[in-house]
Amino acid sequence: MNWNFVILSIVKIAIVVGVLEGMVAYAVLAERKVSAWIQDRVGPNRAAPRFAKYIPVVGPALTRLGFFQPLADGLKFLLKEDFTPAGVRKAYFWLAPAIAVIPSMLVIAVIPFGSQLGQQKMVIADLNVGILYTFGIVSLGVYGIVLAGYAANSKYPFLGGIRSSAQMISYEISMGMSVIPVLLIVGSLNLSQIIGWQAQHGWMVLYAPVSFAIFLIASFAETNRLPFDLPEAETELVGGYHTEYSSMKFALFFLGEYSNMIASAGMMVTLFFGGWTLPFWGLDQPAGSLGMGLLQIVVFLVKMLLFVLLFIWVRWIFPRFRYDQLMDLGWRRFIPLALLNILVTAVVLWARVE
Amino acid sequence: MIVNRKSLTFWERLYLPAIAGGFKVTARHLTRSLFGGKTVTMEYPEQKWAVPPDYRGAPYLVRDQDGKTKCVSCQLCEFVCPPKAITITPPGPAGQMADRPNAEKMPREFEINMLRCIYCGLCQEVCPEEAIFLLKDYSLTGTSRQELIYNREKLLALGGIHGGVQKWKHKLEEAKEQESFPVKV
Repeated sequence: MNWNFVILSIVKIAIVVGVLEGMVAYAVLAERKVSAWIQDRVGPNRAAPRFAKYIPVVGPALTRLGFFQPLADGLKFLLKEDFTPAGVRKAYFWLAPAIAVIPSMLVIAVIPFGSQLGQQKMVIADLNVGILYTFGIVSLGVYGIVLAGYAANSKYPFLGGIRSSAQMISYEISMGMSVIPVLLIVGSLNLSQIIGWQAQHGWMVLYAPVSFAIFLIASFAETNRLPFDLPEAETELVGGYHTEYSSMKFALFFLGEYSNMIASAGMMVTLFFGGWTLPFWGLDQPAGSLGMGLLQIVVFLVKMLLFVLLFIWVRWIFPRFRYDQLMDLGWRRFIPLALLNILVTAVVLWARVE
Repeated sequence: MIVNRKSLTFWERLYLPAIAGGFKVTARHLTRSLFGGKTVTMEYPEQKWAVPPDYRGAPYLVRDQDGKTKCVSCQLCEFVCPPKAITITPPGPAGQMADRPNAEKMPREFEINMLRCIYCGLCQEVCPEEAIFLLKDYSLTGTSRQELIYNREKLLALGGIHGGVQKWKHKLEEAKEQESFPVKV
């Protein structure tokens, strides 16, 4: 066994998961702040530790931006009473949050978040079937939600769970099919090679815009974000599948949802927007120096954060879809469109070879 | 009533103009509140709303134009108070005299439990001496229940001088006028 590989992988996993958790915390803050600004409000601007006001300028500015709010939120989640309602199926009730949060973290494993630092490739697992793995794992996330809805012994979570399973299954198909043209064009399932191809030929979104559109919309549905947030539609289902959850168990659902969002942002950046590459300043080649390697990681993070911002922004543009409209859009619009997209791409590629 | 729905054109059914419009509106609000500072939020403890003149806030005891205690310890407000928030301890037969003419007594102790008070204003309405008023304070806070039972000194200090109604000054003038009334037999 190659111990070097094991230790370095553990280090990478620790760093990536840590960064992911941090990003989740601050994605929640970003969500609250951006939502507030769009609605002409101020947003969280109070929470601060005692010492913050003694730091000139920076301290009050950070407080005003709500910089310390995620810390307070996290602490609150940890210290709140963890209430288990009577009549729940305890084993499943306890299992569901874990099942909801684990897949969303596992997806990060195959996404290349940088080229290399020294000799180390900046991806936890450079799988040859990266995309297949992603789809396989992402669809596991639905079990957590369904289980939560079933175990809570309450009608609102139950409805949320049913909606979620139907929605996830419908959109999983069109999402999967939307990626096939990308695979046809690149000829590989390995995400690093997809990025390599984009570095040479330009971003995939230029070659497969329809794929990108379908993937984007399907990922909104996959992550239960508005306009497809039917599983947790507050106005209809109280809190949806996590109505009966409190404290850290609720926080785990939250964590799962936001890391899902970040993961699908990462997938979109990788598949359609060239991952860690930029077409200038030599950023499209694997990094030779440590500084370049770090810069490429920053490029990837910035691209990803722009997508997270899009996720947040879109929330205030669309009203929620009705359930039948959601199903109609998934089955009768996107699946035929994705099939047609595959066909057209295949024909074009075939014609060019001929 | 039947509303005929206009059938959408192909361009409209694509949703794209609506999406663009949505982005435009939200972007405008975002930039306006982020860079223009035009938010509708009133940041409460720092910014406060203007209390309207007839506002019924916390009841306090007021002093007259000369800074004397107006309350004469008649206990009408104590009896009328629906939640029984007011407790008056009268001076008793050998107690302290009032600190102003035209009055016999003033309360030895006057307590209002602000946790019980419902801000109904009956005490103000019933007071014959116009000694208690619902003023403009609306956020009373304390760290214990005891702290929110306000005593006479505190109520008088918070109420301040309320020189608007000068009942006894006018009575005195009226009396003097009657004495000099030119009825000479």
